[in-house]
Amino acid sequence: MSTELPEPASKIELKPGVGGGGEIPTFDITLRVRRYTPESTADAYWEDFKLTMYGTDRVLDALHKIKWEHDGSLSFRRSCAHGVCGSDAMRINGRNRLACKSLLKDLDTSKPITVEAIKGLPLEKDLIVDMEPFFQSYREVMPFLINEGHEPSGERYQSAEDHAKFEDTTKCILCAACTSSCPVFWTDGQYFGPAAIVNAHRFIFDSRDDAGDMRLEILNDKEGVWRCRTTFNCSEACPRGIQVTKAIAEVKQAILSRTI
Amino acid sequence: MSAEIAAPRSQRIDPKYVRGPKSRSSFEMLAWLFMRLSGVVLVVLIFGHLIANLLTGTGINALSFGFVAGKWASPIWQFWDLALLWLAMLHGTNGVRTIINDYAEKHATRAWLKGVLYVSTIFIIVLGSLVIFTFDPCVVNSPLPQC
Repeated sequence: MSTELPEPASKIELKPGVGGGGEIPTFDITLRVRRYTPESTADAYWEDFKLTMYGTDRVLDALHKIKWEHDGSLSFRRSCAHGVCGSDAMRINGRNRLACKSLLKDLDTSKPITVEAIKGLPLEKDLIVDMEPFFQSYREVMPFLINEGHEPSGERYQSAEDHAKFEDTTKCILCAACTSSCPVFWTDGQYFGPAAIVNAHRFIFDSRDDAGDMRLEILNDKEGVWRCRTTFNCSEACPRGIQVTKAIAEVKQAILSRTI
Repeated sequence: MSAEIAAPRSQRIDPKYVRGPKSRSSFEMLAWLFMRLSGVVLVVLIFGHLIANLLTGTGINALSFGFVAGKWASPIWQFWDLALLWLAMLHGTNGVRTIINDYAEKHATRAWLKGVLYVSTIFIIVLGSLVIFTFDPCVVNSPLPQC
């Protein structure tokens, strides 16, 4: 009887020097962060951080590295860090992106990567803005099911065709990347903004909802859908790939066909 | 140097973002619709105008006081040019109105710019319409044969 145990079937012969975390390529980047610290300086300013990052890292990892290893005063929002909670929308190289979904290797690392807070909302600190005006517009479109019929004992059924009408707009995570990329919103902050319209669209075209007319009336306002200039910034910015401009156009059509 | 920092979660909304009273009218919708419809009609009117003036006959060399007088002798061209004037002016004015709304940040700036815009629009529409309706080709010492 041999005392030697057979090798496990899962064992793979690796060449020496292959495997392990050290194998992920690293590169040096400069992260140029727009800082705003109202408790010490009145104006916002740019600050450069030189970092060595891995090829698998995202912009959020670079921000973490700054906060944890370089400058603990850097402030930004993040929660799930996996592109679902919508906390870390920011302007990366001038475009609204989620920091947790932007891989550093996809950006031009030969130049400084700029990171700043989303535009159009009141800046509070560093990358944190006051989201209250954004959520106020969201609340105004009544983003909840309103049904006047009898409450069913089970689920409210819906055909696949009926669901397909608003499927795209159910994906919104309220990160504000669209609204804060809209030049009309930048002007005076009065426009309802793409996100509020997207979330109204989600209920206006839901066959189970009875308050579509009320929402269309709200968005027929002078600050409603008619302020959309179809610049497509919102569609380009949406981290969930929602066809925002298309949804706004559908709401315009619905208001038009309701009136005429 | 230090700024006043408001307490968080106080349900405050920056007054800049508080929306004015709700507009009851559908003016913005009608303006949006007008832009699209007038745009389509203007394409026909403008190309008809360009073809009639520049491509037929001897083209640009034929354009003169007499040429315009000849065109306006026909009620079709009178109507064509009147429609062109009104639609182009209203289409353009509405376009500039939305640009002012989008770019002016202060309410007073917006009101002033739009005031100037509306006055000049009315002036040009009235003047243009008067010219088309009261046009008399027989000026003093007119070389035109019909005078």
